Amino acid sequence: MTTFTDPYASSQETTEGRVYSVTGGDWDSLVTEIGATKEERVVLNMGPQHPSTHGVLRLILELEGETVTETRCGIGYLHTGIEKNTEFRNWTQGVTFVTRMDYLSPIFNETAYCLGVEKLLGITNDVPERATVIRVMMMEFNRISSHMVALGTGALELGALSPMIFAFREREKVLDVFELLSGLRMNMAYIRPGGVAQDLPEGALKKIRETVKDLRHNFKDNQKLLVGNSIWLKRTQGVGYLDLAGCTTLGITGPVLRSTGLAWDLRKAQPYCGYENYEFDIPTTDTCDVYGRFLIRMQELEQSLRIIEQCVTKLEKLENQPVMVADKKIAWPSQLSVGADGMGNSLNHIREIMGESMEALIHHFKLVTEGFRVPAGQVYTAIESPRGELGVNLVSDGGTRPYRVHFRDPSFNNLQSTAAMCEGGQMADVIAAVASIDPVMGGVDR
Amino acid sequence: MSEKGMFGGKGSGDTSGFGGLVNSATVIASTQRPYGGYFDQVADDLERAYPLFSDAIEKVVVDRGELTLFIKAARLVDVAKILRDQLRFEMCVGVNGIHFPEETSRELHAVYSLLSITRNQRIRLEVCVSEKEPHIPSVVDVWAGANWHERETYDMFGIVFDNHPGLTRILMPDDWSGFPQRKDYPLGGIEIEYKGATVPAPSQRRSYK
Repeated sequence: MTTFTDPYASSQETTEGRVYSVTGGDWDSLVTEIGATKEERVVLNMGPQHPSTHGVLRLILELEGETVTETRCGIGYLHTGIEKNTEFRNWTQGVTFVTRMDYLSPIFNETAYCLGVEKLLGITNDVPERATVIRVMMMEFNRISSHMVALGTGALELGALSPMIFAFREREKVLDVFELLSGLRMNMAYIRPGGVAQDLPEGALKKIRETVKDLRHNFKDNQKLLVGNSIWLKRTQGVGYLDLAGCTTLGITGPVLRSTGLAWDLRKAQPYCGYENYEFDIPTTDTCDVYGRFLIRMQELEQSLRIIEQCVTKLEKLENQPVMVADKKIAWPSQLSVGADGMGNSLNHIREIMGESMEALIHHFKLVTEGFRVPAGQVYTAIESPRGELGVNLVSDGGTRPYRVHFRDPSFNNLQSTAAMCEGGQMADVIAAVASIDPVMGGVDR
Repeated sequence: MSEKGMFGGKGSGDTSGFGGLVNSATVIASTQRPYGGYFDQVADDLERAYPLFSDAIEKVVVDRGELTLFIKAARLVDVAKILRDQLRFEMCVGVNGIHFPEETSRELHAVYSLLSITRNQRIRLEVCVSEKEPHIPSVVDVWAGANWHERETYDMFGIVFDNHPGLTRILMPDDWSGFPQRKDYPLGGIEIEYKGATVPAPSQRRSYK
C-alpha cells in the first residue's frame, strides 16, 4: 500500500461498499488497493468533454468488465435558453435565434419556425412559389451537409479517418453554396416569415448545377471506402439494435426509424413546402442496426441531389418571380444583398427609403423596430429534418412577439434510445450506437 | 378599446411602446361540431371507445386545422391508453408547457402532441393545472418516449408529473431554483454600452403590445 495520497485516485465508504474514484493518472496504486476484490463493476463517466460523444453529451455507463449493464445520458451542458429569449424579440428576429439550435441543420430550424409563423398568420398559401422552391433546395443541401457530418464523424469515431476527410470536403462545397446564396455558411437566418431573405444572386443556378455534379461524383469515394468494408461491417452490423416497437414507443423518427423497414418520412407522409411535387424515394433497410442507418444516410444523399436538380429546373421557370409575400405589413422591408464583405442592406433599398419614399421609410421603421402582429392561437408544425421529426410549437397572444416557442428537436427525443441500444452490448459499441443516432447537442439542449 | 390594424394602435394610435412588457393570454373558445376533416372521426371513435368521454373532456378546440382536446388531469392516463391502443396514436412526439399567469387556477398547461402513423393523423391533448397544485399523472407508462419531454416540462415550468420514473431536472443544473420558462421568471441580461449610449437588456426594452 502506498503511503502518499494520490490526487487522481481516492476511495470512500458508501452504503454500497467501498467506492474507488479514478480520474486518470496512477492506475498502479488503485490496482494495489483494490487487490483481491471480486467485483468488477465500474461506473464510467464518458463526457461531457470527450471526442466521441458528438459535443457535450455525458454518458454515464455502468460496466461489468467490457459489457455495458446500464446507460444514462446527462444533457443540458449546451442549454442556452433560446426558447425563452425568443419571447423577448419580435417574430422575425426569432429566426436568428432558432437557427442556432441544431447548428448542423440551421435551414430546417428556420423553415419549421417560419412555417409555424405563417400558419398562425394564415398566409401559408400566399408564400410565393419561388420562395418555397428555394426553401426546398436549401433544405436538401442542408440535409447533405448534415449527413456528411454524421457519416464523417461517425466513421472517425470508429477509427476510420479517411471518410471524415472526404465527408468534410463535400460539406465545404455545400457550405460554399450557402455562402453564395445567403452570405453565410452557418446560422444563415435566410428563411424568413413570408419567404426568404433575398433572391438568388447572379449565376447561382450554374454554380448549383456544377456542385450537384461534383457531389454526385465525390460521394462514390466514401461509398468505396465504407460500403462492404469488412472492418466497418464488423463494427456496425447488429450493433445498436432498435426495432419498430422500440422506435414507436420511444417516439423515434428519422433514419433510426427507417432502419426498421418503415418508410416514414414527413416529406411523403404529410407533405409541406410542395414536396408532393417532387420525385424522390425514401430509402429503408430492415436491419435495425447501425449499418442500416449508415446505408440510409448514404442513399438519402442521392435522393437530395435528385430533389435539388428538380428545384433548379423549377427555379429557371420562375425567373424574376417574388421571393417574399406581397403583404407589405408582413414582408420584411429591408432588402438585403450579398456584397464582397457578406450580407448587408441593399444600397438600392437604402436609396429608396432615404431619398425617395416616405411611406417605404415608415414601413421599414415600423416593421424593423416593432414587427408585425400575429393573431392569437397555437400551432404545431413538423418537418423532416436529417435527424427525424423537427416539430415547432408556437403560441401567440396576438402581439408582436411570440408568447411561447418550443422546439421538439429530434436529437433530444432520439437520444432517449441510447439505453435501449447500448445496454447488454460492448463498451466500444456505445460509440457506434450514439453515432448512428446522430445527436446534435445544440438541438438537444437548446 | 379595440385595437386597430396590423400595428395595433389604441386610442390616439400611439405605438411608441413605452408601456413596458405586456403579456395577455387569449383564451380560445370551444369549437362546436362539425369539426371538419378527420377530427369528427377521431372524436366519434374516442366517444365510442371511452364511456366516460364527456366527463374527461373539458373542451374541444379546432383552430388553424389542428385539433386540441382539453383533458382533465385525473383522466389523462385513461384517455392516453385508449388513444394509443384503440385509436392507434402510437407516438407521443412531445410534451410542451405553456404558462398563462392570467388564467387563474389554470395557469400551467401541458400540451401533448400525438401522432398516428397507422392513420397518418395528428391530434393534441392539453391539460391545465394550477400553479399551487401543479400535478399531472405521467404518461411514461403509455409512451416511454414522453420521459425526457416530461422532465423538460418539469424543469422549465415546475409541472410535477406523478408516477414519473425519475422526475429530475434535465437541462438546468440539479441544484437550480425556479422554473425558467414561467412568465414571472426574469430573462436576465445586462445593459450594453456602445459609443456612449446604452442599450437596455432585452427584457427591459419597450414593447409594442
